[in-house]
This record gives sequence, C-alpha cells and structure tokens, in this order.
Amino acid sequence: MPRYQLTVNGAERSVDAPADMPLLWVLRDLLDLTGTKYGCGQALCGACTVHLDGEAVRSCDTTVADAAGRSVVTIEGLSEAADHPLQQAWDELDVAQCGYCQAGHIMEAAAWLQRTPNPTREDVDRLQSDVLCRCGTYERIRAGILRAAENRR
Amino acid sequence: MSYVEIDPGAFPPEVRALYGIGASEEAAVTLSNCSRRGFLKTTALAAGSVFVLGITSVRRAEGAAALPEGLTDAAFRPNVFVALDADGTVWLVNSRAEMGQGTKTGMIATLADEMDADWARVRPVQAEGHERYGPQSTGGSTSVRLYWQDWRKAGATARAMLVSAAAATWAVSEAECETVMHAVRHRPTGRVLGYGELAAKAATLPVPTEPRLKDRSEWRYIGKPLHGVDNRAIASGKAVFGADVRLPGMKYAVVARPPVLGGSARSFDDSAARAVPGVVDVFELPRYQGAPGNQALGGFAVVATNTWAAMKGRDALRIVWDPGPNAVYSSDTYKDVLLESVAKPGRVERDQGDVDAAFAGAARTVEATYTTAMLSHAQLEPPATVAWLKPDGSAEMWCSTQNPQSARTLAAEAFGIPKESLTLHMTLMGGAFGRKGLLDFAPEAALVAKRVDGPVCVQWTREDDMRHGYYHPPAAQYLKAGIDAGGKVTAWLHRSSYPAIGATFTEGELYGGTQGSKEVLFAVPNLRVENGPAPAHVRIGWLRSVMAVHHGFGIGAFVGELAHALGKDQVEMWLELLGPDRTVTELFTNGRGPYGEPIATHPIDSGRMRRVIELAAEMAGWGRRLPAGHGMGVAAHYSFWGYAAFVVHASVEGTRVRVHRVDASIDCGTVVNPDRVRAQQEGAVVFSLSHALYGEVLARDGAVTTGNYDEFRLLALKDTPETHVHIVESTAPPGGVGEPGIPPMMPALTNAVLAATGRPVRELPIRLG
Repeated sequence: MPRYQLTVNGAERSVDAPADMPLLWVLRDLLDLTGTKYGCGQALCGACTVHLDGEAVRSCDTTVADAAGRSVVTIEGLSEAADHPLQQAWDELDVAQCGYCQAGHIMEAAAWLQRTPNPTREDVDRLQSDVLCRCGTYERIRAGILRAAENRR
Repeated sequence: MSYVEIDPGAFPPEVRALYGIGASEEAAVTLSNCSRRGFLKTTALAAGSVFVLGITSVRRAEGAAALPEGLTDAAFRPNVFVALDADGTVWLVNSRAEMGQGTKTGMIATLADEMDADWARVRPVQAEGHERYGPQSTGGSTSVRLYWQDWRKAGATARAMLVSAAAATWAVSEAECETVMHAVRHRPTGRVLGYGELAAKAATLPVPTEPRLKDRSEWRYIGKPLHGVDNRAIASGKAVFGADVRLPGMKYAVVARPPVLGGSARSFDDSAARAVPGVVDVFELPRYQGAPGNQALGGFAVVATNTWAAMKGRDALRIVWDPGPNAVYSSDTYKDVLLESVAKPGRVERDQGDVDAAFAGAARTVEATYTTAMLSHAQLEPPATVAWLKPDGSAEMWCSTQNPQSARTLAAEAFGIPKESLTLHMTLMGGAFGRKGLLDFAPEAALVAKRVDGPVCVQWTREDDMRHGYYHPPAAQYLKAGIDAGGKVTAWLHRSSYPAIGATFTEGELYGGTQGSKEVLFAVPNLRVENGPAPAHVRIGWLRSVMAVHHGFGIGAFVGELAHALGKDQVEMWLELLGPDRTVTELFTNGRGPYGEPIATHPIDSGRMRRVIELAAEMAGWGRRLPAGHGMGVAAHYSFWGYAAFVVHASVEGTRVRVHRVDASIDCGTVVNPDRVRAQQEGAVVFSLSHALYGEVLARDGAVTTGNYDEFRLLALKDTPETHVHIVESTAPPGGVGEPGIPPMMPALTNAVLAATGRPVRELPIRLG
C-alpha cells in the first residue's frame, strides 16, 4: 500500500492508501474528519466539498494521489474557533435545516468569497453553485453568503 | 425577524445580582459532553419517572414510582425530560427525531418556557430510542401537534415544584411566590432563590398532577424565532450524523442487494472481492420473508477497513441474480396499468349527494386525467448505521432514524438479543422525509454487525438508496366536475390509483387509499372520492406529505383547469368551491377527522383555508399585470392539521419553466418557532419544484435504473425562486408544519404555467413541447 503525505488543516498527515482512494474516504475513514460528507460519490452533490490549495474541490472525485503533497482544508479547519464569517452567518440566519450538506455549501462559498471578496446581491443571485440541498435552504444560503461578506467588511 | 436573545434586561435586578449576569454565558453544547450525558442517562434510568432534580435528589428519587398523572393519557409515558443541576444548569431532553424540521429546538424551547428557564443555562440533550420517552416515531408532522401539551406539562411540573420548594424554604404561601427566569421570587419581600439552590428541596416534594400552564402572554420563547440548538455544531462540521461515529477498530461495510425486489442470488463468487486490499470479510445476509416491510432486503455484505475498500470489494463481487416475479415491472408500461385503473369506478371512500345524477343533469362537464412519477426521498444522507455487538451479548447502535424504538426492536431481533440489551443512540439525520421511518437499514446493520468483531458502520451508497428505496408511488388520477347552467360546480369526482404503502407490509394489498383526496374542503353538494387498485412491484413508502403529494396536485391542477374552462379567476374559483366559511363536519367520523383530529378542539374550518388563499394572493400581488409568457397560479390544501396556500409566479420560455417568486401562506395554529415554520415552507418550495420539474425514478424489468443525482435531479441554488412565507397568527392548537406546504406547491406551479401558456399540465414531471 503506498504512503502519501498531505497537509490537512495545517497539519502534516501521512496515510497508507491505494492511489485511487478518494480524498473523501481518506478524510473520513483514515483521518476521522467526519465533517466532510458523502452524498453521491460522483461529484454531483457537493456535500464533500473541501479546499485543495485554496480551491473548492469535490473530495469524492479527488484521489489521494492527486491530493498528495498539497494542502487540504476541511470544514473542521476552516476557522480556528468555528468563527469564519460564513459560519457565523449560518448561525445568525439559521441557514441549516438538517445540516448534512451545509459543510459543502460553506466550503464552496468560502472559496468563492476569496475570489469575490465584496459580492453584491446580484453577484450572489448569479452564483452558479451546484452544491445540492434537499431540505431547500438555498435562499438562506444566498442570504448567508451576503451576510458573511457584510460581517467581514 | 428578531430572534430571542438572552437579554440581561429580561432578568429582574435581584436575579441579575444573584447570577452575576452581565458576563457572557457559553451556551454551546454538543452531544460529546459525555460525563453529563452519562449522569442524565443513569439518573433517568434510576428514577424511572418524572424528572430529576439535582445530584443529591437523584439518590432519593431511586425507587420512587411517581408517574405524573397529567401525562397518563398515553399507555406509557414516563416524563424524563427535565433535569436540573445544583449549579442551575438545566438539561432538557429532545425525545423526538431531528431531521431538519426543527423539532429539537422547539421541544427544548417549550420545556424551557414552561419551566421559566434561562435559555443560556439550558443544555440540550438528545434522548436515546427508548419507551421511557413515550412515542418517538417522528413523521406525519406529529411532534408539536400531538405532544406539545405534554412538553408544556413536563416543564410546568418542574416550575411548580421549584415554587413549592421556595415557599417551603421561606415558610410562606406559594401564592406569594412567582418564577422570574430561572429563579423564584417572594413577591412581598423581593427575596429570590435560584433554581439550582432549590433543586435538592424540590426533589423531595410531591409531583403535582395538573401544574398550571403559562398563559400565552407569559411565554418567553414559544412563538418567537429561536436559533437552532445545533446551528454551531452543523456549521463547524461537528454535528454527528449516522456515519459520523468513530470507534476504535471500527470496520465499514456495504451490501450488494438484489436489484429486483424479492430476487435472490443464483450464483456468487467473492474471490476477487476478498483480494481487494482492506476487505476483511464477505458474507450472505438472510432475505426477508413475506412482505418486505421493515426487514432487510438480503444480499451480500462486504466488510473492510474503510468504506472505499468495501465499495471496491462489492464492485468485484460476481453475482448472478434471479430477479423473481417482480421483473414484470417497468415504469413506462406501468403507467398504462394505472390509467386503466382510473378509467373504471374504484372503491368509494367518500360519497355525498348523488354524483352520477348531478353529472347527468349538468349543463356541462369538465374532466382531466393526471399522471405523476415515482419519487425517491433523495435525502442527502443515505442510510448509515453504526452497530456493535459486544462480547458480553449487549449491543450498541448509532442510528439515523425517524423511528428509534422500532429500529431498536427490529435490530435486537436481528441480533438475537433482548431489546433491553441494545442501546440505540439517535444521531441527527441528514434529511429523511420519511425514508428513515422505513427501517430496513436497522436490522440490516445488526445482521452485518453480528458477523463482525467490533463495531461496523454500514453505509448505503447513493445508488443503493435510490435503487432500493421505499418509493413515493407513481399515480394516475381522473377528475371530473359537473357545472350547472349558472356556471356553478355541482358535482366533483376524484379517482386515483397508485401502488399502496400497505403492500410493503401486507402482501397483495392493492388499495392505497384517499389521504389527501378525501379531505377536500369544497362545498360541492355532490362529491365522490374513489381509489382504484394497483399492484406494487417495488417497496412503496411514505414521502413528506405522503399521498397528499399527488392528490394535492390532482385537486389543485383540476381547480386551475376549471377556472380556465369557466373563464374565472383562479382565486375566485378556489373561494367559490370553498363556499361560505363553515366547519367541514362531513370529514369527521365518530368525532375524529382524517388525521385523527377531535372535532371538539380541531374543527376543520374552511374559513381558515379561505384566509390562507386570500393572504397568499394579496402578498403576491395577485391580479397584477405580468409580461407576456408569465403567469401566476394558486393552489391550496389541508393536510396534517395545517392549511396552506401557495401562489407561484412563473414564466415559460420555449420548453423551459422559470419560477420567479413564490408566496406561501400557512395557518398551522399556534406556532412554537416561527423561524422553522418559515424554513419548512421555504423547503417545501424547493422540494416540490424538484419533483415538478425533474422528479422521476425509472424502473426496467423490475430493477430501478435511476441511480444518482444526475438522473434524479434536484433543484439547484440558481433556480431557486425568491420565496416569501406568510404565517397566519392563530391561537388554535398547533397543527402540522413540515408537510402541509407540500401539496399546494406543485399545482400552484402548474396553474402558473396554465396561466402563462393557456395549456394545462397533466403530467409530472412537466414536459412542455
């Protein structure tokens, strides 16, 4: 079994895994970081979204070999004290219903906010996120992103 | 909307001094606080009744058998919802299952309110699956509507005893004492004692049978928006769902189930699977007997050191399946079975006046046939259960389920151990919508765990859940109306046919019933509701709003068509059909309504339906000029003690439907947490739009072919309309919240399409052009 080194939430980690093992299962089953969720396994739902060198990626179709030597940030590592502006906004606006997909939405939005630091309402409305939510929290996700941007200003 | 915050000003000055209020209180509580949970679990078991006050009082409570008599209308309903520490910390138990509907926060807020507890000192606790908590099966929009009064009594009992304890301490009359947020005050002298200080004393006192409940004007939390108790855990990735428990040495498993319901393996070869690195075992699981019900489907389990290895091992299995008799089922030909069924008279489930005579004498009739597709719950979290059979014969499970007590019973049977030996922890559910009240995954996890040394997480993949689900049935509906010379509707016939949930539990059941079609509130003198037979070839289950999903669509779309045919405004058409405000007494049998509501306290009031229609229409700006290709549609429905009306503004561009805005109005009686009522209606819009625009599970030769979200599409963020929710203020008893918003949404949309294009939509998902 090959061994891979990767940086996860700022810490150097080493895992023994087959090259094609998705990062999702590396995180969840080998590193016990269960905040990243399995939803579809085919990059269709985005519940497993993490940051790879700062970019939002679907961890279910990113292999451990692809992630080796790179920096992975999961929902657990998005902020020191769960106080990222998005995390605060999610609480303030009660965005979540069941909550299962929300790590995916937050990680997707966090990467987007890096690229779009001062979004307007129109920017958020045009957001093409394909992270899915079955409970139907999308309107609040939009509001949450806007609130996070405001809170940060 | 302003949320309930802990405002120091809410405390009387004496109490602020008592508690040193001003310093911020850390209110974050998670399930991981094991020592506290351990304490509560032990004490709750030891006390076996009532609530537990203070650590010292726990020992005294041992052996005490006092059941609060105010809560004995159920067969067995122990009150283990409230615990109070000597330091004033209050542990409040949510006994219901949380799937995103917000009941956990609602129940805890209700207990806290009636107890007059300080929200900042409340520590939420999730109950296990155990009969001591009373009914826990969570579905049918039951939590607040059926158990709210019990939660109030549980909280009020605590408050009353704390008042008694304070009065006894001061040797004054109880009448001179009152609670003032986490403390009791002696009104004449202004003395206060904090709840923590009173805990030990209160525990020695008798339990009042009928504690005084607060007047509405005294509520601190009920009726005001409250933040979800799990918000922070969710946003930080710490919330625990079914597959998120990690135990030392835990294994991971997936199961290869027969692709056709009732199929079995003709041949099987696991040599390649066992060669996959990480795979530790492969074994066959017993198949269900008789009707599938909540039994495991059978197949082959692959156990590995991680989920990926288990999945790869499963891919490497070589199994030749014998499909069995359900191979006849294909979704395209099955539609004809349903259409034939509704072309003939069905079983009559409601009959008023003389529908046939009214049709014969009508100046004109309007008729339409509708078909709707089979649906999957498609909750983002597929079933996932951690199960562990220990060497001493006891077992422990972490289960994402709506029905923990039945899951425990079924899993214990599968383990072959007494139920008492199985501890079933309830995790948060990553969506459920009915799927997790259908329990095959629980005994299946036990059957797997039985063969594994140590704990095992049995994970369903997306395809597993979509292809081995308990589906919302495909349906056909035929509706016909008779109209007199004056243009008034005098006769209404609604006939539906779809495979039955009953067939999942009783082999050969052909009739699914008329939930959602029978309880039409129209004042049409001649009215008949029928249900035709349909055989089931897959497991049929309940999906959020159940048969009201398609029946609500049939009714709503047909009202839209009637308005169109008669040249009437849709809102006027609805109001005309409802007639003057009245109690719809014909829906009650022996004083009970269609959802078990007692007529004395829950008369079905057509006036409440009228008001939600008027409110939604007004807020949506009904009747305003719209651009060409745009239209507004309205529909309304009564289900689960809730009245809901939705107005949709949509446009049609070519074959594409675009939804611009939705105005949802609901009257669900007294509201505990208006923010969650709002959220549930927002969710109903998205949930229903997914179904109306895309939702379709296909089957061929008995096997479901639809496998993932590329084939069972869900609405995406960019297509989500602006949604406005309007809650009718009401002092009526609480009604359903999670489900009533579903039935009117799809027909409001298709009525908007009808208004935009002049063409009715008679098939879902919508196919234009």
